[in-house]
Amino acid sequence: MSAENIIRIQAENVNFYYGRHKALKNINLDFYNNKVTSFIGPSGCGKSTFIRLLNKMNDLVADTKTEGNIWLDGENILHDKADAVKIRRKVGMVFQKPNPFAKTIFQNVSYGLEINGEKNKKIISDKVEESLKKAALWNEVKDRLADNALKLSGGQQQRLCIARCLAVEPEVILFDEPCASLDPISTNKIEELILELKKQYTIVIVTHNMQQAARVSDWTAFMYLGELIEFASTDKIFTVPKEKKTEEYLSGKFG
Amino acid sequence: MKNKIVENIGFIIITLCLLATLFFLALIIYFIFAKGISVISWEFLTCAPRKAMTAGGVAPAIAGTIFLTLGAVIFALPLGMSCAIYLNEYNPSGFIVNAVRIGVNNLAGVPSVVFGLFGLAVFVKFLGFGVSVLSGSLTLGILILPAIISASQEALTAVPQSVREASLALGATKLQTIVKTVIPSALPGIMTGVILSIGRAAGETAPILFTAAAFYKRGYPDSPFSEVMALPYHIYALMTEGTRPELQTPIAYGCALLLLAIVLLISSAAIILRNKYGRYYVS
Repeated sequence: MSAENIIRIQAENVNFYYGRHKALKNINLDFYNNKVTSFIGPSGCGKSTFIRLLNKMNDLVADTKTEGNIWLDGENILHDKADAVKIRRKVGMVFQKPNPFAKTIFQNVSYGLEINGEKNKKIISDKVEESLKKAALWNEVKDRLADNALKLSGGQQQRLCIARCLAVEPEVILFDEPCASLDPISTNKIEELILELKKQYTIVIVTHNMQQAARVSDWTAFMYLGELIEFASTDKIFTVPKEKKTEEYLSGKFG
Repeated sequence: MKNKIVENIGFIIITLCLLATLFFLALIIYFIFAKGISVISWEFLTCAPRKAMTAGGVAPAIAGTIFLTLGAVIFALPLGMSCAIYLNEYNPSGFIVNAVRIGVNNLAGVPSVVFGLFGLAVFVKFLGFGVSVLSGSLTLGILILPAIISASQEALTAVPQSVREASLALGATKLQTIVKTVIPSALPGIMTGVILSIGRAAGETAPILFTAAAFYKRGYPDSPFSEVMALPYHIYALMTEGTRPELQTPIAYGCALLLLAIVLLISSAAIILRNKYGRYYVS
């Protein structure tokens, strides 16, 4: 077995309910180490709901219920007793709309270090620089780290959010439609970044943009009405989809 | 065409209402200023009253008002903020939220003289603080509590959920998220509530009537347990008691002018503070 196929996260029979509405129906899925797995499907199909389970973000939503298991490093993260804080340090997330804190650029990136109790200024500033470099933002902001992050453009803000996420050294990074509010040039930069980051991290990305899924991901999952219709390598799913529904979606018959 | 006429008439009415509001505001300031300015002098600001309130200054009353107002804010701000944080961030059951909300709204509607009696019964008598700065501050604090709670709650609600998610997703605990992200974002809104409360606390007469105010006191309060003079009560006293109204009335207007100035001063300080810390948080 090659290093290609080490399973990092394993979802077993996952069901999810918003009140009485069943939003996820029996999802079974493996995520491979150092690969990009993308989720595609029409709005409301449950893609975002599913990836938000991977860092326990859905715990914040009232009146929900989860069933099944998601295994990460031998721990069932869906278990009630699973420590959300610990899991979120391991599984970072970049959101749909850039959401930097209304603090300086530096403080945005150092935030995660400080909440982890890091006090050494040198370590913090080194880590901030390293993270901003990894997020391909350093050259644009190195002279104005004390500026308010909200002054940055949308694309820069999103890369700042990525840097902020990298600073806490996660192992898995979830991207929830990271380019939904960005222009094509910024989108391009984020995509290049994702390809660069997968060398070090396991990446999961939700996207509305099928071309984006084709460009950045190794594996693609197609979801429809809360069900996982098809999961295969990106090459296969875009060239020879097995399911009729997948083919219809990819060819733009609905969406 | 008809739409345009209606549009214009609407605009004119709204403009007139605005002007009327400004007019009354200007009128109040003009009258207080015109009638009060004549007595303002260095002696008025720095000395104690003389000759049975008909001469001298009102310095003890100025000090008293500042102490009482700041005391009320120091007491009510942490309490009100914590209450709002609990209601807004810790999502207690709907029953608790509603019960507290109804309670707070009712508290806001209680006449201020009732707070005065409450303060007398609880702080002055029961807790034994006596007629003092402390009793007065606590009473005024309770009076402004509802305003601070609702302003804080509004400000907390206005903080986008995405900001909380960003912090939690980095592995911050709930408390870290609240302290390091939510409160700083909400601070400008909370400060607005504080600013409004300052005016209220500085100007109220009834709550301090039985709890803090002295008709006459020579020096400045030297401990939280000493009685104080206060401007609103001093105005009341000048206008209702004494034997030389022709001398007392101008002094009362002078006090009113000072009261306006003090409220403006403390509010400006709060506004500067808000802008300093709020600068980053307006997106």
